[in-house]
Amino acid sequence: MLLNEFLENSAYSNADKVALVYEGKRLTFSEINNAASAMGDALILEGFQKQDRAIVYLDNPVESVISLFGILKAGGIFVIINPQVKVKKLAYIISDCQAKVLITDSNHTKQISELLSEITSLKYIISTDEGKNKELITKIRLIDFKEITCRKTSNCRKARCIDIDLASLIYTSGSSGTPKGVMLNHHNMVSAAESITQYLENTQSDIIFSTLPLSFDYGLYQVLMAFKFGGTVVLEKGFIFPEQILRTIVKEKVTGWPIVPTIAAMLCRQNNLSQHDFSRLRYITSTGQVLPTNHIARLREAFPGAKIYSMYGLTECKRVSYLHPDQIEKRPGSVGKAMPNTEVYIVDDAENEMTEAGKPGELVVRGSNVMQGYWNLPEATARVLRPGRYPGEKVLYTGDLFKKDEEGYLYFLGRKDDIIKTSGYMVSPKELENVLCEINDIIEAAVIGVEDDILGQAIKAFVHLTDSSKLNEKEIINYCHKHLEDYAVPKYISFCGPLPRSDSGKIYKRDLR
Amino acid sequence: MPAESKIKEKIITFINDNFIKETGIAIKDDTSFLDEGIIDSTGVLELVAYIEITFEIKIEDEEIIPDNLDSVKKLINFVRAKLENKSQLSA
Repeated sequence: MLLNEFLENSAYSNADKVALVYEGKRLTFSEINNAASAMGDALILEGFQKQDRAIVYLDNPVESVISLFGILKAGGIFVIINPQVKVKKLAYIISDCQAKVLITDSNHTKQISELLSEITSLKYIISTDEGKNKELITKIRLIDFKEITCRKTSNCRKARCIDIDLASLIYTSGSSGTPKGVMLNHHNMVSAAESITQYLENTQSDIIFSTLPLSFDYGLYQVLMAFKFGGTVVLEKGFIFPEQILRTIVKEKVTGWPIVPTIAAMLCRQNNLSQHDFSRLRYITSTGQVLPTNHIARLREAFPGAKIYSMYGLTECKRVSYLHPDQIEKRPGSVGKAMPNTEVYIVDDAENEMTEAGKPGELVVRGSNVMQGYWNLPEATARVLRPGRYPGEKVLYTGDLFKKDEEGYLYFLGRKDDIIKTSGYMVSPKELENVLCEINDIIEAAVIGVEDDILGQAIKAFVHLTDSSKLNEKEIINYCHKHLEDYAVPKYISFCGPLPRSDSGKIYKRDLR
Repeated sequence: MPAESKIKEKIITFINDNFIKETGIAIKDDTSFLDEGIIDSTGVLELVAYIEITFEIKIEDEEIIPDNLDSVKKLINFVRAKLENKSQLSA
């Protein structure tokens, strides 16, 4: 099965059903499918070849959804970039995957115009509001999104994909500081969606509400899965005003709500949860980090009819495990057991499987959801995709330390590398340290994660300035905002002397905690 | 009750110091914080805490909505209404 068939099948059997709701707009399956088909045809007519890469860099999730399915229909590989990503990183990603097409909006045109001379792979830009800032794009052809998505489906040659063709590259933070493109084929993504919708017991009557960005696999799959089971997905731009979100959940009769622990922490601050009627809400899922026990208790009290699923996953295989809701009171710290059609085990440093309860080791995953590797990075791929138990197979070494209890339930202990998990996102300290060291007055910098009630981990940067420097905290934060996504900007800056280092020059981050 | 200009000055200073990421960007009275990506979820909590402490008012959960908080103009109107309400109650 192909990923685009999720949409096509629903458009065939439920053509006039509302599939997507955003800012008062309600789009049916057939409306989305028609727009995506028209886009797919237009891409092919413009010379797009099977397995070419196209970047989706948009604020608007409706246009993003149409784009990703249009790209798939043209036999391409979609790459969704968080609209908060700054121009330098965008240029890196476009060059890394040699993208041929960039789909964006006028909010980003100015930034993009600055990098066009550096990027040679791009053949054209599709803009969702062609008229605005048009004059800035001079070196490359600009195509109007609205015009191509309104065309009648043509009889052009169709791309024929099979399920081992790649469907998406999802860029994720690497400990090296540069993002890595996780290669997922149709089979990987369809398998993950099948397993997740199976344990969540999704049906056509489900209405999913999500504030998560589509560049985040957890957000993306809310749309993919709802299209698979023929449900409806209601999207909102971020979890900013809790009261407004809660009203939407009631008004839209939402049945499923994916959150991250940061959202749970903010919900737990609300005093008026009991004033709303959440009787339609069937489940809440959480991933990213383990929910604190007191937050689980508060959620259960506020949403008595909702099952709470605590889950664990990583972009390299989407999802690994979930805790059955009937276990959450007994084992609130656990992320459960492997999801359907996935197997996991824990290994020691010599890659020997450990069956004993309580022993910490690295979690290994086998399943058809496991990625094909990192784009253009054979060595990094070989480090995480290694031979498994059975001849010929490759399994995923997650880099996450786990233990299991007597009954086989999994507990996350931490990362093997120093990646920071904040607000559900993975942030590479190395990437941040590189940005900080670009500032003239900073001699050296070290970044760590510190405990935070709302974010799980908050980012703290230690900076060693030149003696004559008058640089202040706000100037450093402002610089970071210009070069990093908002969630990757340090919450705390600590000014210090020379950083503690080992004889080999490695910074002793333990001493900074 | 502080004059409207005083309320505005305090609000703008707070927004500039805490949320405006690029120096030299002037925020208009009706700029939506949400649309422009000026404030994120934790930013709203910081803003509410600041308003409560600075103007000595209590903001209820159901008042934390875009209609009350999503621009300088909306914030000024909201704070003024809360202060008026407070002075009427204590009168």
